[in-house]
This record gives sequence, structure tokens and C-alpha cells, in this order.
Amino acid sequence: MQKQLVKCNINGKDVETYVDVRASLTDMLRNDYRLTSVKKGCEVGECGACTVLIDGECYNSCIYMAIWADGKHIRTLEGLLGPNGELSDIQQAFVDEAAVQCGFCTPGFIMTAVEILETGKEYTRDELRKLLSGHLCRCTGYENILNAVEKTMKKRLGKA
Amino acid sequence: MYDFSAIYEATSVGNAIELLQAHPSAVIIAGGSDVLIKMREGKLAGAELVSIFKLDELRGVSLDENGSIRIGPLTSFSHVTKDPLIQKLIPVLGEAVDLVGGPQLRNIGTMGGNICNGVTSADSASTQVAYDAMLELTGPDGVRMLSIHEFYKGPGRVALEPAELLTAILIPKESYENCFGYYIKYAMRNAMDIATIGCSVNVVLSADKKTIERARIGFGVAGPVPLRARNAEAALSGHAADESAIELIGNAVLDDVKPRTSWRASADFRKQIISETSRRALRTSIERAGGAL
Repeated sequence: MQKQLVKCNINGKDVETYVDVRASLTDMLRNDYRLTSVKKGCEVGECGACTVLIDGECYNSCIYMAIWADGKHIRTLEGLLGPNGELSDIQQAFVDEAAVQCGFCTPGFIMTAVEILETGKEYTRDELRKLLSGHLCRCTGYENILNAVEKTMKKRLGKA
Repeated sequence: MYDFSAIYEATSVGNAIELLQAHPSAVIIAGGSDVLIKMREGKLAGAELVSIFKLDELRGVSLDENGSIRIGPLTSFSHVTKDPLIQKLIPVLGEAVDLVGGPQLRNIGTMGGNICNGVTSADSASTQVAYDAMLELTGPDGVRMLSIHEFYKGPGRVALEPAELLTAILIPKESYENCFGYYIKYAMRNAMDIATIGCSVNVVLSADKKTIERARIGFGVAGPVPLRARNAEAALSGHAADESAIELIGNAVLDDVKPRTSWRASADFRKQIISETSRRALRTSIERAGGAL
């Protein structure tokens, strides 16, 4: 099958590779770059487990062509870690609030949380619920996830 | 991997038309949130795709010299919602598309795809129909304008000719000026769901805010394609902007609609929702226009 060169920036690093034109961005990130935080869940854009940031906005990478990533800045959960593997504040909040059980939905939730937190705005609980509504979690019942995002938001805004 | 045989990435509108002429059976892919999902289901297996995703010239919202709002068909739902012109001139459209799917889908789904797929439940469609949107279609023979009312041909079918592309959605000035609207999506879930009924109402009130000068009512899922409730609109034209108008609309719209029974909802239940959403949407539209109820 036809391959095409895709040059992009992933987690701050300029990279390039030839990908099968039929590949999804999930395929490319997992298979070519070993970024396995990007989960294959429903693969039809419903569960949010494959969510990554593209030029600062969250997308389901399962319904995004790998070849469209050319020239884009992509961020995955791996890019949040510090130089020695330290957890970022939002990841630590998920641990502290017991917002993780099986963990499959977690990377996707955290990437959407990153987009929310980087707006620098303060949202109500209902607004956060809507902003996070593109993710399914079958373990936690969502409350602890909302707590983790809300607490991190308040901390970053100096309100907690 | 998606199951298609080839993808051709268009570099301009002209190039997209050439690609569609060279590959007459090819399917157009814009954001992909319909096409790629159909492909995952095994539909469209082996199809050829012409991608218009990279055509940034078809993104964004602007104002034409004659005052029409020009919406690029590749503009994502979230960008429509955040756009200052939309917020100022036709906020109901930004609110309507903020109810599509979920946040990630609203970043990839496009305004053009929402109507070109010919689906009656599309969240932007009832508002576009209610605002008499004009569509700019570009094909091998040049550009033509078509009213959205003539665009829908049946479920999943629209008036695009072979090798023709939707290149702009226009909301005329006389359509949005002094006009206030409200959209209600009725669905089982607040997110990631398809409308059981979509209802978009807008009104122009008289200077003293006591009379409805013009009312327009658009519905999704009230028939095979998005439709207007013309009889109810005629009954409301010149009617007092008071509680009697709210009473009237709920009954009058039932003569305009033909909902069907599906696994999502029965026709009778849809009729009840049609009445109630029309009442509520008219109430909010009148309030937004400065009327007192």
C-alpha cells in the first residue's frame, strides 16, 4: 500500500516517518512512535480513550488520518512527564483523588483536562462535566475524575 | 487501518473538483467524523476518497460586503461556537452546534459535512433551515447559489451534482437582522447522542415588542429531511407576542410535521416533543427579542 511522509512535532520533538496512507493517527502514534498511552477503545470517536492534543485542541485520534498530522503539533500523555519521569500536577491529582481504576480511559481524560486547564479559565462543575463529556469511564462513576480536574484547576488559579 | 483503496488530498477547490472528475465514484471526506466511522462499520469498504481536509481557504467565518455571514464549510463546530461574528449576529447557531456529539467531535466535525450528509437529525440543520441559509456550490461549470430548502432531496440525498463542492454557507442580512432565536435539542443523553427532535425558532418583533412580525420554525427529525413549519409560521405572523402565541405554536406545528416511529422514539412521542420544544423555543426567542411574556 502507498506510504506517505508525515513530518510533525510530537511532544516537543520534530519527527518524521513514512506511514501507510490508510493509518489512523492512533495507529501512527502507537505503532511508529510507541506512544501507548493513546488507547484503542471504540475506534469510532465515542469513548475518548485515544484523545490527543493537535495544535492545542483535543481530538479523537482514532478518527483522524495519520497523513493529516503533517505539519501539526501533537501532544500525548507521555509529553506531560518531567525530565526524570515525574508526574505533572494533573496526573498526580488523578492519583490523589482515586480517579483511576482500570486506567484505560485515564490518558484521554487527562489530555482533555490539559486543554481545559490551559485555557486559564475557571469553570463551574457543570461546565467541566460538559467539557469532559466526550470520554467514557466504566469504573469510577466520574465523580473522582471531576474532583481531580476541578482541584487542579483551582490550584493553578491560586484558589486552593 | 481504514479500509479504503486510495486517498487523494486536494490542494485547492479547483484541484478538488478535478480529482472528483477524475475519480467519479470517490467519496468526499472533510473532517471524517461520518466517513471514517462508516468505514469502520464496513460500509464504503474499498472506496476511493477525495480529502478536502487541507483546504484552509474553506475555514472561518466572515462578513460579505452585502452583510451576509459567510461560513466556510470546513469550519469546525467548536470554531463556529467561539467565533465573535457568530456570537454577535446569530448566537443560536453557535449554541446549536455546541450540542453536537462531544467536545472532541466538535473540534473535527464540520458545518458543511453536517448538511452534505443529508441527515435530518443534524444539529446545525434546523437552524440553517430556520434562517434560510443560502449555499454556494462550486463545480466544473462554475459557482451557483442554492437555497437550503432546495438542497435536501431525501434522507441522505442532497442536490450536489457530480464533482460539485459546497464552498460557503451564507446567512443573508435580512435573515439575521433584528432576529432572535433559540434551539432545543431533545435527546436521551446530554452528550454523545443524536437528536430525537431538534427545534430551532426565531422571531422578529415589532418596535414596541408586542407583535410578532416574523416567526420561522425549523425542525430536525420531524420528517425525512430538516423542514420548516410554514403553516404555524403564517399563523404567528402579525400575532400578539404573548401567552396565546405560545399556546398557538404548540398546536399549529403538528399540521406541518410528519415524524416517524423508529427505535429511538415513536411518532406520537415525537409529536409531543415537537409541540413542547416549539413552545419553549418560541418563549425564549420572544424573551431574547425583548418581548415580555
